[in-house]
Amino acid sequence: MQAEDHWTRKDLIGIEELSRSEIEMVHALAAQFKQTLGRSQKKLPTLRGKTILNLFVEPSTRTRMAFEIAAKRLSADVTLVEEIGSSLVKGESLRDTAQVVQALNVDMIVIRHRAAGSPLYLSKIVDVPVINAGDGAHEHPTQALLDTFTIKERLGSIAGRKVTIVGDILFSRVARSNIWALLKLGAHVTLTGPSTLIPKEFAEFGVEICHDLKKALTDADVVMLLRIQHERQSGTHFPGLGEYKSLYGLNADRASLLKPEALIMHPGPVNRGVEIDTVLADSPQSTILQQVTNGIVTRMAVLYLCMNAATHRLALS
Amino acid sequence: MSRFLIITNGRVIDPVNDRDSTGEILVEDGRIVEKLSASARQEAQVIDATGRVVCPGLVDIHVHLRDPGQTHKEDIRSGTRAAAAGGFTSIVCMPNTAPVADNAGTVGRICDAAAKHAAVNVYPTGCLTVGMKGEALAPIGAMKNAGIVAVTDDGQCVQNTEIMRRAVEYANMFGLVVMDHCQDASMTRGSVMNEGYWSLRLGLKGWPAAAEDIVIGRNVVLSRHTGAHIHMQHVSTAYGVDIIRRAKKRGIRVSGEAMPHHMFFTDADCQTYDTNFKMNPPLRTAADRDAVIEGVLDGSLEVIATDHAPHSPDEKDCEFDQAPFGIIGMETALAVCLEVLVHSGRCDLKFLLARLTHLPAAVAGLPKGTLSAGADADITIFDPHEAWKVDPRNSLSKSRNCPWNGHTLRGRVKTTIVGGRIVWDGTRIIGD
Repeated sequence: MQAEDHWTRKDLIGIEELSRSEIEMVHALAAQFKQTLGRSQKKLPTLRGKTILNLFVEPSTRTRMAFEIAAKRLSADVTLVEEIGSSLVKGESLRDTAQVVQALNVDMIVIRHRAAGSPLYLSKIVDVPVINAGDGAHEHPTQALLDTFTIKERLGSIAGRKVTIVGDILFSRVARSNIWALLKLGAHVTLTGPSTLIPKEFAEFGVEICHDLKKALTDADVVMLLRIQHERQSGTHFPGLGEYKSLYGLNADRASLLKPEALIMHPGPVNRGVEIDTVLADSPQSTILQQVTNGIVTRMAVLYLCMNAATHRLALS
Repeated sequence: MSRFLIITNGRVIDPVNDRDSTGEILVEDGRIVEKLSASARQEAQVIDATGRVVCPGLVDIHVHLRDPGQTHKEDIRSGTRAAAAGGFTSIVCMPNTAPVADNAGTVGRICDAAAKHAAVNVYPTGCLTVGMKGEALAPIGAMKNAGIVAVTDDGQCVQNTEIMRRAVEYANMFGLVVMDHCQDASMTRGSVMNEGYWSLRLGLKGWPAAAEDIVIGRNVVLSRHTGAHIHMQHVSTAYGVDIIRRAKKRGIRVSGEAMPHHMFFTDADCQTYDTNFKMNPPLRTAADRDAVIEGVLDGSLEVIATDHAPHSPDEKDCEFDQAPFGIIGMETALAVCLEVLVHSGRCDLKFLLARLTHLPAAVAGLPKGTLSAGADADITIFDPHEAWKVDPRNSLSKSRNCPWNGHTLRGRVKTTIVGGRIVWDGTRIIGD
């Protein structure tokens, strides 16, 4: 049903269900928005009069800030609800929260939630667009959109590129969304890290698994590092930060195995000196801050496209 | 209602007597008899079962009635009515009520409530350990006197092997089977669905098959060393089935139970995060599903039971992580088994009905599951071919958590008779 050049989704739940052309539509629009960033008057009137609710049931700093700035750049009004201090901690169900939000006449909901599947659940309850800002270990679609946008911007193309994702794949929604996005865009994806954090069934996604970091890095065009959640998995999934760093930390020596122009990416927040040496994090190869900037424009594109689709639907019905 | 009942023209299937023939079933004063006098025949109520199967009342040895304490989900009245509608005339209820049934008083209370409100025979079980905490033995002897037919900490597998060893030894002294919910809790903290491709794809915490297999293996070893009968509840894994198969070949006293849902669905059915596909143990892979079916066919799992586990709509209507485990299943069980096993050509009706009648009765030591003369007149009559669309809103359970919602299944219960009394006539409960 998806027209080639027409965005019809009101919700963005995951990358898994997107087509390649849909991903490219977001990229194209993000590129247009990026041209406006340098202006002194940054606001576009596009979503004037619309209210966006950022429902952050799990703490977040950079995703929340990026969504807020993206909405404001499009002239939308933004309200933030966080778990702390809201009725969610008082045991209100997500259904009740959703209905209250709907009754408040907001025009769009951006949700971050610990429970995988909760954005989908929410989207079945409310009529307004729902944007997934990260659900458990399931998906973080806007992160993958901004990451692939960044790769395209820096390398010109994605198809045929070798991308290696390092670290805690098991618990990472960023990894899952990026796997889907990269595969749809024609990249070769390799996962590397401890066997406990990369269950073998990941191979069924269409990626390669290689526990030898050096092999996985050799001739890669892009390396994506993930934050190691040592506070949660140390001791059960790997012995400790010291051993993790010695096996999977990215240092200059290991980075020399990459292609000369290769990108070093990290969604943040970075454990400096663990996943990546400081020198590399701040090197010209690193895209860490560029990713943050691109996070604004890709989210502007998503907010715009989904709101437009919803308005269109309303007009049709 | 007449003292006499004649069920005529039906296909009578009584697996324990190896009977499968068209004929009559006669009932006098609540018991099955070989002959009725001419005057009794005059007086008798006649049920024409043409085109239908007449079999012993079905026996479900794994049911949660939620009574006492969680009667917003189910109670003895509603749960036994759902049983009757599903063709079950005898059910064994699990002790994880509130409070748990870990003493003779609570067991007595359940028996009293059943005597007053139940539409079918209710047999209670008692906890293996006090408070279902896995720490100290519950007063199993006193509960036996109060009427329990088995002991189990269903839902809370005893983790301490020493306690489990003593518990099975002790229960064996009373001739009570220990029914175990096989789950190594250290491997399943926070787990909500089978561990594998689908848990990775959905980002849900995986529940490894090994967590079940390890405890099945432990129980085989304990049964081997104590000689006690241990019954493995709701076996869901391929390797678990195989462990039981091998143990039986060695003459170890273990039995196994298959669930309709584990024979019908797989973990791929969790893909919409529909909480009606969340149960414990979880839906497994297609290979596991096939192995459970194979286990039923080769006798490794001699019992089919439902694990009927009602939860209110409010409790199930939430994020997958937050939802309680379990589904209702008594009203759909026969039709699901017919679809999976009989209509598919895997086995005949007599083979299936054995697994729903005398074999589960034997595991729990119930004097049920046969149409032999002298037996209680617990009889189920069903049309094996009638197609119907499952709509949980029509369920007699208080809950609606049914994963077959919207499925069309073949096989419909037309009459359920308990102790010679018709309790279900195919559309409603009689006598309410």
